[in-house]
Amino acid sequence: MWQVATVTGVRRETETARTIELEVPDWPGHVAGQHLDVRLTAPDGYRASRSYSIASAWTASHSSTIELTVEQVPRGEVSPYLVDVLNVGDPLEIRGPVGGWFVWKPEQDGPVQLIGGGSGVVPLRAMLRAHASAGSTTPFRLLYSVRRPESVIYVSDLKELASSDDVDVRLVYTRDAPAGEPRVGRIDADVISEHAFKPGDGATTYVCGPTPFVETVADLLVAAGHDPARVRTERFGPTGGP
Amino acid sequence: MGIVSPGFTGRRRGGTELPPGQYLTRDFPVLSAGPTPHVLPEHWEFTVTSETGEVYRWDWAALMALPAEEITKDIHCVTRWSKLETTWKGVSLDTLLADVETGADYVMAHSYGGYTTNVPMDDLLDGQSWIAYEYDGEPLDPEHGGPARLLVPHLYFWKSAKWVRGLVLSDTEDLGFWETAGYHEYGDPWKEQRYAGD
Repeated sequence: MWQVATVTGVRRETETARTIELEVPDWPGHVAGQHLDVRLTAPDGYRASRSYSIASAWTASHSSTIELTVEQVPRGEVSPYLVDVLNVGDPLEIRGPVGGWFVWKPEQDGPVQLIGGGSGVVPLRAMLRAHASAGSTTPFRLLYSVRRPESVIYVSDLKELASSDDVDVRLVYTRDAPAGEPRVGRIDADVISEHAFKPGDGATTYVCGPTPFVETVADLLVAAGHDPARVRTERFGPTGGP
Repeated sequence: MGIVSPGFTGRRRGGTELPPGQYLTRDFPVLSAGPTPHVLPEHWEFTVTSETGEVYRWDWAALMALPAEEITKDIHCVTRWSKLETTWKGVSLDTLLADVETGADYVMAHSYGGYTTNVPMDDLLDGQSWIAYEYDGEPLDPEHGGPARLLVPHLYFWKSAKWVRGLVLSDTEDLGFWETAGYHEYGDPWKEQRYAGD
């Protein structure tokens, strides 16, 4: 059922993305990777709803706190409000958590390969957070495709997470790379074979991003010999095709 | 009980009424749980398995030989987008099931790649569902379920199984992939049956 959360903090991640911290009195807890529905209501009763991935891991010590990270969609109806209008102290109607497939639980077997494109990193960050807060020693690798250094969401957070011996974070820049990073280009078969777990490693792979990104990466994984049943995907946005 | 979102005005639209909680899109977003299976028509096969275990088979040529219909329907995804007047070509399930001997009330659709979804038999018959192989005048793209998908447009679109390869008919109701992952067993968009318990 819908419940009213309160915004307790906002944090600008990039020019177009913002993390919103919510206090949800009756939050039942969630599994990393799940999403929730947000509903906005105008003064005349008009409503608009959208789904957003939860960016934080659930912990017993902060059981009623969750974070969302929202990327502003050009000409969007709900995301511009969440990124630019919503303030600390405002109420926000939410419903969730939702989804039982694109999730990671600490008791799950085998290493974990995360592959994110743009704001597709959001549910993957929740999995990294869950890994850290559970003290899990399961090997995690994140391949994160961004346009340029300024597009990286969770910059300091990823640095901190990457300091764990069990977590490897690798950024791939598609337009402009920072100094010292010679490669500019999309994730391809070479990047997969060099940085992702191998088909025999027993990893579960989570791919999240815009539809064309996920289609490409999932096809590369299958072509490289990964079992399609161990590749979980979450797609958003238009297909890019006609 | 609702609230007002401070500073939210929203973007209203006139015209066709959408199911509650949906918004209109002109794109065709994709929702799939895993990699897209690439099944060639020459390797494609569709089966119907009755509750007594009898199996009925169609290969691609057999499907093409059946009378096809042009279908124009609105579609509604549980992730909240709706797309109006989408056009398809396919074979009605009335045609495919005409010679199948069955009294089963429940159907599980199975897909290449392992996806499943459950639909009551009553929702597949009487001009309500098709095996669709063209979208917008073109062969159906793999990412949208090609070479052929189930089309049950009066239910949320996850029921319209992509890459469909068979229907298993049963006297008892089992739950499919999303239905066991927290989504509604039936999925009527006009009743906003998104999640289990709605």
